[in-house]
Order: sequence, then structure tokens, then C-alpha cells
Amino acid sequence: MAREGLGLEITELRLGLPGEPKSLVSINKNEKKRMFSEIDGNGDNEKKSNTGGNLKTTESKAQVVGWPPVCSYRKKNSMNETTKMYVKVSMDGAPFLRKIDLGMHKGYSELALALEKLFGCYGMGEALKDPENCEHVPIYEDKEGDWMLVGDVPWEMFMESCKRLRIMKRSDAWQIEKTYIEIDEIKEKNV
Amino acid sequence: MNYFPDEVIEHIFEYVGSHRDRNALSLVCRSWYRIERCTREKVFIGNCYSITPERLIQRFPSLKSLTLKGKPHFADFSLVPHGWGGFVYPWIEALAKGKVALEELRLKRMVVSDESLELLSRAFPNFKSLVLVSCEEFTTDGLAAIAANCKWLRELDLQENEVDDHKGQWLSCFPDSCTSLVSLNFACLKGEINTGVLERLVARSPNLKSLRLNRSVPLDALQRILARAPQLVDLGVGSLVHDPAMETFAKLMTTMNKCKSITSLSGFLEVTPRCLTAMYPILPKLTSLNLSYAAGIPGSDLIKLIRHCKKLQRLWIMDSIGDKGLGVVANTCKELQELRVFPSDNIGQHAAVTEKGLVAISMGCPKLHSLLYFCHQMTNAALITVAKNCPNFIRFRLAILDATKPDPDTNQPLDEGFGAIVQSCRRLRRLSLSGQLTDKVFLYIGMYAEQLEMLSIAFAGESDKGMLYVLNGCKKLRKLEIRDCPFGNTALLTDVGKYETMRSLWMSSCEVTVGACKVLAMKMPRLNVEIFNENEPADCEPDDVQKVEKMYLYRTLAGKRKDAPEYVWTL
Repeated sequence: MAREGLGLEITELRLGLPGEPKSLVSINKNEKKRMFSEIDGNGDNEKKSNTGGNLKTTESKAQVVGWPPVCSYRKKNSMNETTKMYVKVSMDGAPFLRKIDLGMHKGYSELALALEKLFGCYGMGEALKDPENCEHVPIYEDKEGDWMLVGDVPWEMFMESCKRLRIMKRSDAWQIEKTYIEIDEIKEKNV
Repeated sequence: MNYFPDEVIEHIFEYVGSHRDRNALSLVCRSWYRIERCTREKVFIGNCYSITPERLIQRFPSLKSLTLKGKPHFADFSLVPHGWGGFVYPWIEALAKGKVALEELRLKRMVVSDESLELLSRAFPNFKSLVLVSCEEFTTDGLAAIAANCKWLRELDLQENEVDDHKGQWLSCFPDSCTSLVSLNFACLKGEINTGVLERLVARSPNLKSLRLNRSVPLDALQRILARAPQLVDLGVGSLVHDPAMETFAKLMTTMNKCKSITSLSGFLEVTPRCLTAMYPILPKLTSLNLSYAAGIPGSDLIKLIRHCKKLQRLWIMDSIGDKGLGVVANTCKELQELRVFPSDNIGQHAAVTEKGLVAISMGCPKLHSLLYFCHQMTNAALITVAKNCPNFIRFRLAILDATKPDPDTNQPLDEGFGAIVQSCRRLRRLSLSGQLTDKVFLYIGMYAEQLEMLSIAFAGESDKGMLYVLNGCKKLRKLEIRDCPFGNTALLTDVGKYETMRSLWMSSCEVTVGACKVLAMKMPRLNVEIFNENEPADCEPDDVQKVEKMYLYRTLAGKRKDAPEYVWTL
């Protein structure tokens, strides 16, 4: 977990709530890592713009571990069977996509095995532990449309937020990162 | 009483069943302690690390039934990392060594290996009843051992466990000579079962009263099974999906008409809503209905069902029923005592559940005493009304999906609403809070919640005062669990003796530091103060000023436990 001040990334796993951190209490102002934030009462479903040097505030859904307090067994088993957790998986260079049922797997290691079987790309398990050094990197698109590295958040949270998977070649990853950096630079210039 | 011979006192004690009463008896005098301990057959241990199995066996030589709980409650919400503990094997091993004539074992939130199930099945010739709730690590191989070896098995009840299904034929392992089953619940198993084997098992179990199937049992098999067990009292339907053969459906309806004793219904893990009409013959007699896993039933069908359930005492349902549906419940189920409304995934596709539903229930169901309610919003006015209408609450658990949401009408915190609940419900034993809350709600809780035993707090409060109000005021507090609240060292350390009167305290993402936990551990040797350290490397000593991410402390006579994983530090 990042220990710096208000430079918290949206995508970072936090045990507190997202939204603009406003301290409700008289805690030591230097302990910024522990802010009890309020979700803004209005505009919950609108994305706030990046102006005014504000943090990128997230819309609506809190990605908080363990809230609402539904036990993990129930979470996994109360889904309508017609909306099973099938997500598309694409692999760079493969001629067609596959589908995988996230609900069938108990954790990242099982997922890695399943992906390896589907595409014959070995080393997926290692990729999850050490993304820097592997040829293939698994990434996923979350509910907010961002592409994230697989493996950072708890498994249950990943299952809930993953919309699709992609197995990227390491070389491609650099390309995309470069593009994002360029986009950010352009945004900064325009602010 | 001193002039009665022991046999007379023993006989009188036979009529005293509850654990609390028995505990009270044992404190009266030495001879009552002795008589009580020699005659006690059932023991409940709320925290498996509070005592060693050896000590238990020594005190209660007549032990026949043991209930054990392992992980802390917040483990249900993924707050306890994997491998924390709660292993049952040492207990079973000790019971076997001590030649305990074990007949019943009930476990909750424990780690149960196949090895332990195998030992259990072989070491206790009179073993009759196994109940596993929210446990993990075992597979169908372990179940096969139980089925094969427990000659007098009456009850095998698996609730909400994570079971690895090895697709073996565990059901076939019940020998033909096994005819003693009273209760069989395997709803949580994911794999296929041999329906022929199941039918034959049911056919040779004349005492079978409770049967809960998993989703692999199709409609035609359900009909055949029910035809062989018209004496059932509790039925869990796994799958009720449309069968193209119309006669099967008609047969099922006829069979349901013959099941005159069913008062409890659950399941519907897979369901085609129009098949629910097959259940209509039994609805008027139902006292317990659990549709909380029936994600395939839309709100409109839920409402249609409920209209027939005039005798319901317990209802577990998903929020797809909506406020309107809860109004129907309020008008229909006048005997309702327990209600649980769970959140479904279909956000936006149906009417939400809000404070309106709860108010309607409180007006229509005066006998309500137990509530678990997930909703989109709550108001102070609604809570005040509910408190007035239902003063008999024993359990009141409210979970607003947006954890810090204030009263949407007034934009105020929900302090006054919960305050009204604790003031009105003098018998309240369990309370879970949510919504925007200041220290004031804790002042009310400390002042009025005299019978409160368990309190769950999340994202609430403003200062240490909040936690102190509770610790000072709630004399009967046994379990306190807190997450993401601004309670710190002062609150933790002001009254250290209090924790020996409680089973446990959980604090995560609060303001407590390592140093304070060390002080507490030093002052209170009969507490285990555990800190979970998931991010730092195992050998890295944390700074005293560092905030503790997760702390779990509990009173114990067993000392520091030896099975803690690397990330747990017992101070």
C-alpha cells in the first residue's frame, strides 16, 4: 500500500472508502495514509473531471474489501446462473478469443493454470508473481474501463470487477504504457 | 440442597440443558462443580484457542457433544488472510487419545482437513452427528470416509462450506446397512451426485426428516426422491428447472401434495420461475423459507409465492423482492420472527430495498425479533418508527450498501435512529451498525444497550470517546468487532481488564499502534494479542509507533498458540 500522502491511486487497494478524502476527525494531519473519507453526497454517478488539480475521484461503487458485509461463500453462490462469470480472454497473436468462467476458480494460481491450458502459453503462474520478467503479462479490464495488471487485488474483488482478460506480450505492454504516459503529458499541458 | 445425595442432584441437573445455566451451576459450590462437570455431555467453545482440548477432556469426562468456533467473524468478509488458523485436527486427535465417547461435532469457521474427517470417522464408534458451517479445506474424500465408517450416522449437515468436489462417489460410500439418517444437507457441494444412489439411500432412511440437495439433482430425480420420503419436514431443493416432459412436472405436483409435513423450504439454486407452482401445495404450512440463494427468481414471482405463506416465522430473501414485496410480507406473514434481506447483483433492474420496506415490516409483524437487512438507504425517522413498533428485537443488523451514507432526507447521521433502537429494545443482544455515525450513537449504546453481547462497527465514530462509551457501558459485551474507525490507543488501553470479561476484540484499519498493543499484551498475560502483518517481511520488527492494520485479541487459558502462520505476531 502506498504510504505517500494524498497521491493515492484510484486503483490502489484500500481498506477505506474512495472519494475525496476529507478528514472527519482530528487525527494527526501528517498521517494522511489513514483518512476517513466521505463519499460525496451528490453526483455519485458522474465522473468528476480532472480540473482544479483534484484527485481523480471515482464514481459510485466503492471498491472496499468486505463491504457490504456479505460472506464470501454467499457472494460466490448468489449469482444468477444465467449471468455466470464468463469473461472473454484474448491473447495477442491468437486468431480468436476464448471464454473463461472466473467463478470456476478459487484463486489466481488456478486462473493461471486455466489460461495456460487455453492458450498454451506457459509461465502464466510466474507472470503473476513477477510481471517484470515474463514474456506474457495477464491484464484485465475492470468495471471502470481501466486496464489493470492481474494479481494486485484480492481474488474476490478481482472476480467482481473483471470484465475481460487479455494476455499481453511484454513488449506490447511497454508500448501501451508509453502511450498512457504521453496522454498524461498532454493532459498536464492542457490544464 | 446439601442434604441431597449426589444422585438426586445429578438427576435434577439432567433437566438443566443450556450452557449458560450449566456454567452457572458449576460456580455455586465445589460439590456442584464436581457433579456438574461429571454429568455434562454438551460443551460449547466459542473460540477454539481459548482452551486446550486436553484441559476440556479432563474437566468433562462424559463429553458427548462438542461445538467449536474458529476464525473471527470478520473472516467471512475476507478480512482474515489465508492460513490464520482454526485447525480442527488437534482437537479430534486429542479427543481420540482421550477415548472420549464423541457422538456429535459442530464446527464453525474452522479448517477441516480430509485427514481429520477420516480420523473422526474411525475413532468414535458411536459418532452420530457432524455439522460443518463455513468451514474449508475438506473434499468429498473426507465425506466418503464419514459415510463409510460412521455406522450410526444420523446427521450430516454441510452449510456454506468451501468443498473441493473430487467427483468421487461419496454418497455410494453409505453402506446398505446405514438406515439411521435423520438429516442430510449437501447443498453446498458443487459436483454431480449419483441420483440413483441418493434415491436408494433415502428409501432406506425411514427417519429422514431433513434433506437439502445441491444443484445437480434434476426435477425428475427430485420427484422420485420425494415420493420415497413423504415424511420430510425440511426440504432443500437444488434445482427446479423446466423439464420438457410435462408429466414429470405433473408427477411432482402430485408428490408435493403428499408431503404434508414439510414446514421448512430452501434452495432453488437453479430455477425456472414457472416451475415454482409445484411448490404451492406446501407453502401454506411453511414456517421457514430461505430463498436467499435463489437468484433466478424475479421479484414478482417472490411476491406471488409469499402471498401463500401465512404461517412464516422465518424468511430469508433477496432484495429483488423490493419495498413493495416487503409490504406484501408485512400483510401476509403475521407470525414473522426472523427476517433477512440479502443484496442481489441485479442493481438497477429492480426496485431497491430502502427504509420503507423495513417500516412496513415493523408495522405488520409485531413478533419480529431478529433482523439482518441490506438496503440502499435508511432514515432516522424510519428507525424511530421501527423501534416503537418492534420493541422485542434481540438481533438487529443493518447494512447500508453505501457504508457511510447519512439520512437522505435530512442529511444527518443515523445516531438518533440507532439510539431509538437501543433505547426501545431492552433485550437487544446483537447489533450491527452502518451509515454515517458520530460518537453520539456510541453514547446511546453505552447508556441503553444493557443486554448487548455482540457489536459490529464499520466506518463510524469520531474519536476514542466512541469506543470508550461502549466499553464502559455495555456490561455484558462479549464480542466487539471494529473496522475502519478512528479509535486509537487511549480507547484500547483505558480499561484493559474489560477484555478478560469478553471473548474477543477485533480492530482493523483503526488508529491503534504496535506499541499500545505491546503494552496491552504485557499487562494482560491471559490475553492473546495478535497482530497481522501482511505487508512487511516476516522478520522485520515493526516500529512501536506504526499503526496496526489488523489486531485480534481474545482471552485464553491456553497461552500463545503454536500454529500461527508467519504473518501473525502474538505479542
